[in-house]
Amino acid sequence: MKKYRQDLIPAGFMLALLFIWECAVRVARIPLYVLPSPLRVLQTLSAELDVLAGHACITLLEAGAGILLSLALALFLGIIMDCFPVIRQGIYPILVVTQTVPMIVLAPILIIYMGFGVAPKILTVVLMCFFPIAVSFSDGLAQVDEEYVHLIRSYGAGRWKAYGLVKIPAATPSLLSGLKVAATYSISGAVVGEWIGSQQGLGYYLLRVKNGYMLDKVFACVLVIIILSLCMNGLIRLYQYFALPYLNRKQN
Amino acid sequence: MKLNVRDLSFSFEDKTILDSLSFSVKEGEFVSLLGPSGCGKSTILKLLTGVLTPDRGEIAVDGNAIHGISDHFAYMPQNDLLFPWKTILDNVCLYGQVHGSVKEMRRKALEYFPAFGLKGYESSYPSALSGGMRQRAAFLRTTLCHADILLLDEPFGALDVITRGEMQDWLLHMRQQLGRTVLLVTHDMDEAIYLSDRILILNPYPAGITSQLTIPDTDRNRDWLYRQGELRSEIYRNIMGGNHHA
Repeated sequence: MKKYRQDLIPAGFMLALLFIWECAVRVARIPLYVLPSPLRVLQTLSAELDVLAGHACITLLEAGAGILLSLALALFLGIIMDCFPVIRQGIYPILVVTQTVPMIVLAPILIIYMGFGVAPKILTVVLMCFFPIAVSFSDGLAQVDEEYVHLIRSYGAGRWKAYGLVKIPAATPSLLSGLKVAATYSISGAVVGEWIGSQQGLGYYLLRVKNGYMLDKVFACVLVIIILSLCMNGLIRLYQYFALPYLNRKQN
Repeated sequence: MKLNVRDLSFSFEDKTILDSLSFSVKEGEFVSLLGPSGCGKSTILKLLTGVLTPDRGEIAVDGNAIHGISDHFAYMPQNDLLFPWKTILDNVCLYGQVHGSVKEMRRKALEYFPAFGLKGYESSYPSALSGGMRQRAAFLRTTLCHADILLLDEPFGALDVITRGEMQDWLLHMRQQLGRTVLLVTHDMDEAIYLSDRILILNPYPAGITSQLTIPDTDRNRDWLYRQGELRSEIYRNIMGGNHHA
């Protein structure tokens, strides 16, 4: 019962907000190019679904590729940084600094380097997603209780076996929490890359309809982006639920 | 002699923790190292397992000198150190996972589950177990190592008094069945009297063995333990005497 109420409260607020929005647009007769009503956005979404689905596929592909690439890079760098403290001390501050450069500056530069294909979009996603994954994994590795490592070493495990049997599994919950953040960002990352220069994808669609003052389509596209981002986050949660069942029991 | 330690010395950051420590353990013997907290008891076990390296001295098993990590010792820490992401069965088969013989070890482990009071919990995660059960699981993991000497580092120190008592009763019962050479580190006088064949009394700064006591081989139970007042006061005198000396 309590669980139901926890879910109902945000849903109720959301509905109330949408209702006020809908009423305000109708009563004040706000024109479409200023603010579309929620119902109008839903109508547009269903009318444009085919077009949006095509663009969404491209964006999803870029986001997925970017996430996988980020994950591979983060795993590699995380283990290297954990093995060699000198590398960790050297690279960690650089990682933090790269995150302060606005993506809106980097994306056009990437297009200059790599052209208008898919590659600069994937790289934009990587630049946005790599950091949270790498930091959470590296911190997770650093926080592993040394006693566990001593125990497995006394059982005769070498350095790499200790990583496989203790350090990486122990750091996985932390890695997944970084991955959840990154997966949510990944769609936005791909959209930013597409916005700067492309012929397909949700970012391209968004730019085109915005320039045409078709705000209902802009909002419909944003709705798609929200749903896709939440789905990416949900995918990681789903993986955690099935692959790391010991975390679920702790909550019960 | 099964285990022979000679002139073992170890210092950490200019502080001498062990100075020329020598002792030996016979095959199948249950020996306790008894001493106050912080006297370097755990350091001795870490030196034996090879996690730490001694400054001087020799460790020999069956007459052969041991250097670094060896498969003669199975170490059980005070904290159960069960891996939260592994089921109990996978946890106790850890040694098999390190050495690539999981299947064979699982079969062997399952035979032990009833005796260790873990039956029905094979696929549970450690978070679902009580403190005593977790400690028994950690003990099963230790005994499943292909090692001839078990090193127990205050194995029941983290448990409440009642559970600790139960675990001691249980270990006393298992002791004969296992028939392994055991070196137990503890600061609990009763635990040492109750479980061991021989007690080595350790005094700190730097740690050295001041005396040793052989416990008569009788049928032991709690009543017997409560009647060992004389033994207890002798141990106490030895510990205090050693401290005066230092």
